[in-house]
Amino acid sequence: MKLQPFAPHVEALELRALRHRVLSSNIANADTPHYKARDIDFASALSAARSESLGLARTSARHLAGSGAGSAAGGAVRYRVPTQPSLDGNTVETDVEQAAFADNAIRYRASLEFLDAAIRKLRYAIKGGD
Amino acid sequence: MSLFKVFDVAGSAMHAQSVRLNVTASNLANAGSVHGDPAKVYRARQPVFTAFGEALDREQGIAGVRVRGIVESGQPLTMLHQPDHPDADENGNVWQSNVNTVEEMVNMISASRSYRNSVELMNTAKELLLQTLALGR
Repeated sequence: MKLQPFAPHVEALELRALRHRVLSSNIANADTPHYKARDIDFASALSAARSESLGLARTSARHLAGSGAGSAAGGAVRYRVPTQPSLDGNTVETDVEQAAFADNAIRYRASLEFLDAAIRKLRYAIKGGD
Repeated sequence: MSLFKVFDVAGSAMHAQSVRLNVTASNLANAGSVHGDPAKVYRARQPVFTAFGEALDREQGIAGVRVRGIVESGQPLTMLHQPDHPDADENGNVWQSNVNTVEEMVNMISASRSYRNSVELMNTAKELLLQTLALGR
């Protein structure tokens, strides 16, 4: 059996970082006319990243290799549908963005915790329970 | 590490908001100024923000803020009849700047809130990066 001790958490962490950047630019552009708020669809981005990180079957050396989670996530960025768009064409709703931002930061920390636990577990196994 | 881009984005927003705060200060300072020549009266100014993604990551939805320019307000000036004013024209009139003090105060509050939001963005990114660095310790 192939061991994948960090299996979903590495991709999740990378996607959380991407979402963090997207939400940051929403909040940064809260006063920019015509700026459209964006977000990523986390569930589909994660499943795309995971299926891609398994790697593509290559029968020739000239076939393209699958790329990492970041490129798959890039296509998952979508425009947010605003509930109260403003007259200047800006669709950032600061309270919505701040709530999503806080949520995302906590989930980033959770992924870090999972990774940390996996590392500790491996270390425990290597050292033989010391 | 990809979270470092948050510093660029939040930094550009902080710069843009500080320009806005400076312009508001200039408007409020010149709120009551008068001149005998309507062409030379101080007019309220506003910065125009625009998102820029070229320098950052367009396809991943990351964009900073840039001040595209500063525009002068087209609101009408107020004419005051003050014959003893040293700058008064031959009819005894002076023109007062078109700064709307209430509007400027609102602008000031909005700019300072947005600035604080950006500081918070930076703090959170910094904290998450430090925790990531401490992974596996």
